[in-house]
Amino acid sequence: MADLITQPNLPDPDGFYADLIKTYEALDEDAVSGFSARLILLLTNHIGDHDVISQAVEEAVRTNLKAEK
Amino acid sequence: MIHDRYSLAFKLYPYERNADQDSATPVRHPVVIVGGGPIGVATALDLGLQGIPVVVLDDHEGIGMGSRAICFAKRTLEIADRYGCGKPMLDKGIVWNLGKVFHDDRKVFEFNLLPEEGHKYPAFINLQQPFFEKFIVDRVRKAQAAGAPIQLRGKNRVDQVTVRDDHVVLDISTPEGTYTIEADWLIGCDGASSPLRGMMGLDFEGRVFQDSFLIADIKMLNDSFPTERWFWFEPYFKSGASTLLHRQPDDVWRVDFQIGWDVDRKEEMKEENIRRRLDAMLGPEVSYEMVWSSIYTFQCKRMERFRHGRVLFAGDAAHQVSPFGARGANSGIQDVDNLGWKLGMVLKGQAPERLLDTYDEERTFGADENILNSTRATDFITPKSKISHVFRNAVLDLAERHAFARPLVNSGRLSVPCTYDGMSLNGEDALPGPARTRPGSPCPDAPLGDGFLLSQLGNDFVILTINTDAPDTLQEDGVTARHVAVRSEDDTSGALAERYLGDASRAVYLIRPDQHVAARWDRYDETAIRAAMRTACAKD
Ligand SMILES: Cc1cc2nc3c(=O)[nH]c(=O)nc-3n(C[C@H](O)[C@H](O)[C@H](O)COP(=O)(O)OP(=O)(O)OC[C@H]3O[C@@H](n4cnc5c(N)ncnc54)[C@H](O)[C@@H]3O)c2cc1C
Repeated sequence: MADLITQPNLPDPDGFYADLIKTYEALDEDAVSGFSARLILLLTNHIGDHDVISQAVEEAVRTNLKAEK
Repeated sequence: MIHDRYSLAFKLYPYERNADQDSATPVRHPVVIVGGGPIGVATALDLGLQGIPVVVLDDHEGIGMGSRAICFAKRTLEIADRYGCGKPMLDKGIVWNLGKVFHDDRKVFEFNLLPEEGHKYPAFINLQQPFFEKFIVDRVRKAQAAGAPIQLRGKNRVDQVTVRDDHVVLDISTPEGTYTIEADWLIGCDGASSPLRGMMGLDFEGRVFQDSFLIADIKMLNDSFPTERWFWFEPYFKSGASTLLHRQPDDVWRVDFQIGWDVDRKEEMKEENIRRRLDAMLGPEVSYEMVWSSIYTFQCKRMERFRHGRVLFAGDAAHQVSPFGARGANSGIQDVDNLGWKLGMVLKGQAPERLLDTYDEERTFGADENILNSTRATDFITPKSKISHVFRNAVLDLAERHAFARPLVNSGRLSVPCTYDGMSLNGEDALPGPARTRPGSPCPDAPLGDGFLLSQLGNDFVILTINTDAPDTLQEDGVTARHVAVRSEDDTSGALAERYLGDASRAVYLIRPDQHVAARWDRYDETAIRAAMRTACAKD
């Protein structure tokens, strides 16, 4: 079983982050969720490993730290 | 009085007085079936062909008008073939392979089912349910003429049952008054709202979907549509939140509009309102006649157990699914296939009663698989939340451009039989053979010489040998297995090797009367086969 990579894995973190925010900021509120859905579907298909995706889903649920307080 | 709850397409078993009505004491029958729908009549046929006397009680005198089911799957046709009524279904039915999926005013993609070659029956046919039922009743009539002890009693309504340890007492209403009979075994095939279930106070748990669908069967007066399945998500013509168009025999088309939960049924069922939806979809140049229409809602539910002592439930009475994926009648026929030989063996004293517990084990498993599949399809077609709707449409958008998203589009996964993995009747798997024929699997067909493999299997236990030998019959504790020998020379297409041998050069399969694999080996080993036969009859 492959493990979800949780160590730094992006060569240019600042560049990636800036691009992501730029793309999102160009969308109006209504378009955000559809865009996110398409992005998730494209990325998950690329990963293609149900186990890794499940780990990512779990991790994303778990790290909603504000809700823990 | 017995009032009809629906009108009839075919009046096939008009009320006739029977001797039980004049008997001073209740007559006892080995098997009584409540409900003469497709599942009840097929069960009677299975048992009758085994020589077991069976009485079917139905509160109508024939088959209901209106096609509920239209899609009948390969496995159903194979089972019907074993009963001797597959061919008329195939002859009348329509075979289709091409489907198109639309979203709004765009075609998302089209697909070809590309059915695997080398099967006697196609992956699917479309056939109006009344014809499907009529072909089974026609077969019952032929079997009766040849001496099969089957009685179909129309206008016999079961009003009350008293369940005892070793029999059931039934109170029955007829146009000429009431009478009482007894049954050693009672089979409940009285449909989704099963009065029998109610009389016995049994549960029926699951999910109700808050949506309704308007079906219109229309006869096209000009042939402008091909034999394809068209499915629209959120169609531009706004006749429903989703719409399905599907061809049936005799130039009849099924149109299925998803019209929402809060609808005024009476208003929606007016012909002018149905025509308004149809016209918006078909355009002004298409002319058609209305054949039948109905509004349905659906549920995905099942009984916790299908066996309650001497009472067994099958078909919609035991489980109900949404129509997406055509799993209702198709799974009910698999119930019949499963129950027929088991009850037959118990009645003939060839197997212990607990063999019937495996009917429950295997078919509740099948029902769960069907409910899972049809629930998933329903959730895709009718998203239950805003975010689910967002993802559904994201999938459709991506599917228009990219192949990867197409398998996510779910407008119904067409019914396939289940494999009884890990169930108690399975014997050993001692063959390095293909996964699709592992113990528990339904036998896939394969061409053999100028016929087909499945025609040689079923009705009794079979020892199938491929490229090796075995005695003609083998008897184990009152049960006889018949030897069927096939060789690679007869397998010119290579399908048999691919489906049954894999990397092996020879194989021995023990096959149940319902054409499911019980166990398999790489050589004939009498001791092993005897053990597997005992296991498959719930003796060990
Ligand atoms: C819109 C729609 C589309 C469908 N499409 C498909 C499809 O494409 N493929 C598919 O496989 N399935 C499909 N189905 C499901 C299919 O129609 C049912 O699964 C099938 O009819 C079940 O058969 P049954 O014999 O169990 O029950 P039923 O057909 O309901 O028969 C029950 C019988 O019991 C009788 N009865 C009831 N109470 C009593 C009583 N007290 N005494 C005596 N008799 C009684 C009834 O009159 C009836 O004749 C569809 C269903 C719907 C609604």
